[in-house]
Amino acid sequence: MDLRYTADEQRFRAELRTWLADVLPSLGPEPDREDWDARRAWDTGWQRMLSDAGYAGINWPKEFGGRGATPTEHLIFIEESERARAPYVGMNFVGLLHAGPTLIAEASPEQKAFHLPGILNGDHVWCQGFSEPNAGSDLASLRTRAVRDGDDYVINGQKIWTSYGHVADYCEMLVRTDTEAPKHRGISWVIVPMDTPGIDIRPLLTMEGTAEFCEVFFDDVRIPVVNRVGDENDGWRVAMVTLSFERGTAFVSDVLESMELVRDLAELAKHITSNGATRWEDAGLRRELGRIAAEFDALWALTKRNISQAQRTGLVGVGGNVFKIAWSDLRQHLGDIAMRLLDRASLSLDDVADLPTGRHVHARFYALSMTIAAGTSQVNRNIVAERVLGLPKER
Amino acid sequence: MDFELTPDQESLQEGMRAFLDGRVPLDTVREIETAGRLDRERWRELGETGVFSLTLAESDGGLGLGISEAALVFEELGRALVPGPLVATLLAAPWVDGAATGDTIVGLYEPAEPVSVVEHQPDLDALLVLAGDGVRRLDPAALSTTSVRRPVDALTPVWVVDGPVPDGELVADPAAAARARLEGIVLTSALQLGLALRATELATAYAKEREQFGRVIGSFQAVKHLCADMLVRAEVARAAVYAAAVALDGRSDDDPVRAAAVAKTMAGDAAIANGKSGIQVHGGIGYTWEVDAQRFWKRACVLDTHFGNSDEHAEAVAAML
Repeated sequence: MDLRYTADEQRFRAELRTWLADVLPSLGPEPDREDWDARRAWDTGWQRMLSDAGYAGINWPKEFGGRGATPTEHLIFIEESERARAPYVGMNFVGLLHAGPTLIAEASPEQKAFHLPGILNGDHVWCQGFSEPNAGSDLASLRTRAVRDGDDYVINGQKIWTSYGHVADYCEMLVRTDTEAPKHRGISWVIVPMDTPGIDIRPLLTMEGTAEFCEVFFDDVRIPVVNRVGDENDGWRVAMVTLSFERGTAFVSDVLESMELVRDLAELAKHITSNGATRWEDAGLRRELGRIAAEFDALWALTKRNISQAQRTGLVGVGGNVFKIAWSDLRQHLGDIAMRLLDRASLSLDDVADLPTGRHVHARFYALSMTIAAGTSQVNRNIVAERVLGLPKER
Repeated sequence: MDFELTPDQESLQEGMRAFLDGRVPLDTVREIETAGRLDRERWRELGETGVFSLTLAESDGGLGLGISEAALVFEELGRALVPGPLVATLLAAPWVDGAATGDTIVGLYEPAEPVSVVEHQPDLDALLVLAGDGVRRLDPAALSTTSVRRPVDALTPVWVVDGPVPDGELVADPAAAARARLEGIVLTSALQLGLALRATELATAYAKEREQFGRVIGSFQAVKHLCADMLVRAEVARAAVYAAAVALDGRSDDDPVRAAAVAKTMAGDAAIANGKSGIQVHGGIGYTWEVDAQRFWKRACVLDTHFGNSDEHAEAVAAML
């Protein structure tokens, strides 16, 4: 057990830090969250800069244009990006962390040659069409149909929770190609160009009143059969392959951001007064925030344990599920405290009275999605109980 | 960076587990409980395996290992519910003859409010105090105390201090006392981690065999999620405890003071919460003397009071924000 960084790791960090300091000023300010064209230009512009400097696809194998960095270097990369307040993956998220790794593992040489460079250099933005209104936690029950017609598939159905759907070029999508087979065995993984006729993209307003996600409707959408990755009806396995690419780094930026939120909230508490005393003088609140800070420190340590395990064995194992359960609950708890601390300043999603409160209210909202997205906490608890503790399935 | 255990650390921990499974199984722990006194023979055996000389310098006859290694061993001692002043005796190794070998049993005196207590008083050969002016050594018999008829943890009998406490003899400087306190915090956290882990194992094992409504209760999500949360708490605590141990050994850039406070908060909360859930999963039988689940909760309550409870450490973390 040694948490010190090796000379190589320190060199990697120093070079990256210098590079970030050099190039970041030329990126310009982050655009408004509602200005999607500007956001796309900003995120893909950054991806191009990463690509030119050899940092694109940090964890991708070198033979596919990536950097081939170790899990620890990936951790350092995210840590330094956060420290410099550089964008991380932004809307290149699906391409870099999901579709890309899937293509690397399962796609044909032609598919790889065509798609991987566009993901790495920021030319192509990807989105994901997995979830459906009636296929959430039970994803394998998805019903969007793809029917073979000559050299084409004709797709009909609806997807939901598609981030960046209206700005993406391609969609990694799960479709049902066999309605008779058991649910996991009738699914195929396909690439859908988002400008194909018959696709209707509608923004889905979240409880925040903004449109981070889309609903995507497919009405006789025709894609060539060669857009299928992996065998027909083998799409469930293809989709799961991506999970094996996770090296414990999935939540690094989230922990770092959480720790910053705690520090920022403590700072706010030292300035906000109530009945003549600062909120920080409230021992109960202080202790609660101290406990949360302690737990985030522990989760940072758990992240390093997961990454070290991945570095040794190539897999995170269940540490990822354990982490997700604890982290998302903690973010919800932090959100509750933030609202209580801010009192009536918590009633606006934007900063009020010159106080930097908006980010905390936004974070409180966002935390409500954390115990749901990427596997609800309840599903995750089932996974931990069944796969680690060996408890029997309910039925 | 490599936060995984080294092969040596793995075999040290496995060796300790095998030794405790063989020599101090839960049956033996219950016998010690019935006897009401610590078992000096067992204590000496622990000494022979090196439990109390782990961190003592090799030049002083110790194993010269780090707090990281000691934490792995203490996690096992917690897992096995071994009673007695384990942490205090290890800390005393440089200053009390026979502590390192297990020939003497050394307790810790921490002044507290509303009452101060001494644990295992009649079994102790010496008492250590980590005072502001340094480490002090007291004669346990010199303390005026009243015994508690029904201690919360029957394996940790306590005596309430009811008279003035003698100054004792100064054996080390304030820096040594501060360092011993940090080590004490981390090793106690390791014991708490062990409690949290074993409580999870026992609850899970019971959930797999106990049948109600025609099926094992572990197949119900309500029970399953109790068990899953126990594992989550224990694993998060484990990360915190190991990170603190590594920080004390200087194998990390983290502040050891903060890391230790984080460890005690997380492991203390995990031990108590898992102790509680362990009883809950067992149902009615969990509230009986016969079943061990309650013993883990009781020990968790005792250890939370050592070196500052989790509230105090949470407050310490807040002060570092």
